[in-house]
Amino acid sequence: MVTERDKELIGALQKGLPLVRRPYAALGERVGMGEQEVLRRLADLRAKGVIRRHGVIVRHHELGYRANAMSVWAIPDERIDDLGEQLAGEPGVTLCYRRRTAPPAWPYNLYCMIHGQDREAVLARRRELAEKYGLDQWAHRVLFSGRRFKQRGAWYRPPQPAPEKAEVRHG
Amino acid sequence: MTRGSPRVQPFNPEKREYDAFEQALLNDWQHDLPLVERPFAVMAEKLGVSEDTVIEALQALQEEGVISRVGATIKPGSVGAGTLAAMSVPEQDLERVAALVSARPEVNHNYEREHEFNLWFVATAPDEQHLAEALAVMEQETGYPLLDLRLMYDYHLDLGFDIQWSQNATKS
Repeated sequence: MVTERDKELIGALQKGLPLVRRPYAALGERVGMGEQEVLRRLADLRAKGVIRRHGVIVRHHELGYRANAMSVWAIPDERIDDLGEQLAGEPGVTLCYRRRTAPPAWPYNLYCMIHGQDREAVLARRRELAEKYGLDQWAHRVLFSGRRFKQRGAWYRPPQPAPEKAEVRHG
Repeated sequence: MTRGSPRVQPFNPEKREYDAFEQALLNDWQHDLPLVERPFAVMAEKLGVSEDTVIEALQALQEEGVISRVGATIKPGSVGAGTLAAMSVPEQDLERVAALVSARPEVNHNYEREHEFNLWFVATAPDEQHLAEALAVMEQETGYPLLDLRLMYDYHLDLGFDIQWSQNATKS
């Protein structure tokens, strides 16, 4: 159960922790919460799995991973969970989702993101995974990214305006 | 490990190299940030530097854009509502449409991808109604219909991103 107070705290955290000596106290000040309450709630949200990861969040592109491909497949319902779980545990796979389809234009339901230094590295890894699990027997596409128009964390609460990073071309 | 003040310089991905301290900051603290009053002091002790060195280095890396933020990723669907959406936009109209989409506060990621559906974005809102309204407004403003590809299951545990420094840290 995520309470309204928890949501306020998550909302305050969405742009990141203040980089000061007592960051949780500073975070609490944004929502009228004491330092100990912030620590207690964050520990609870982490334990419950609502916060999946709490730490340094890096940008792949800036670290030299210029190519990223969203690989999608149209997997039969009875196979998708098994394949999705195995694929998610593979090195090089940074995201792995099942999503609703939009047929006929978009029949694909399994999504997997692979990052690499260049297209060849990404395609090679994708090919290995597809062969290992026999994925390409079903309809599939590979969508490399082009221009990155916007990238930041999700905002779960109405935010304060902030400058965005300039557009970068990669892929 | 010893080091001086972090360098603050214009970021150039072709030239940038990361020293051992920065590599440790970027790779080893992607999850389980200490939940204590002074988390950066705990990190500093493990890294063998001062608390302020850690704070200043994180500020510099965030300024450069290598670090998006020191914060949290939230399990999809546990707070608010979100979706992945796609649009098929003629190339000559893509810049205009992308700018309209990016201008929406609900949109956090917005990418061009190589496909007939060439604009892909992630939108998040406090609740379902707010999200539905935002998507409808985007269709109206841009003049293009969108695919609303809701998440059904997230198979990935999100353990962070294991940076392969040997391949990426030193670029010519």
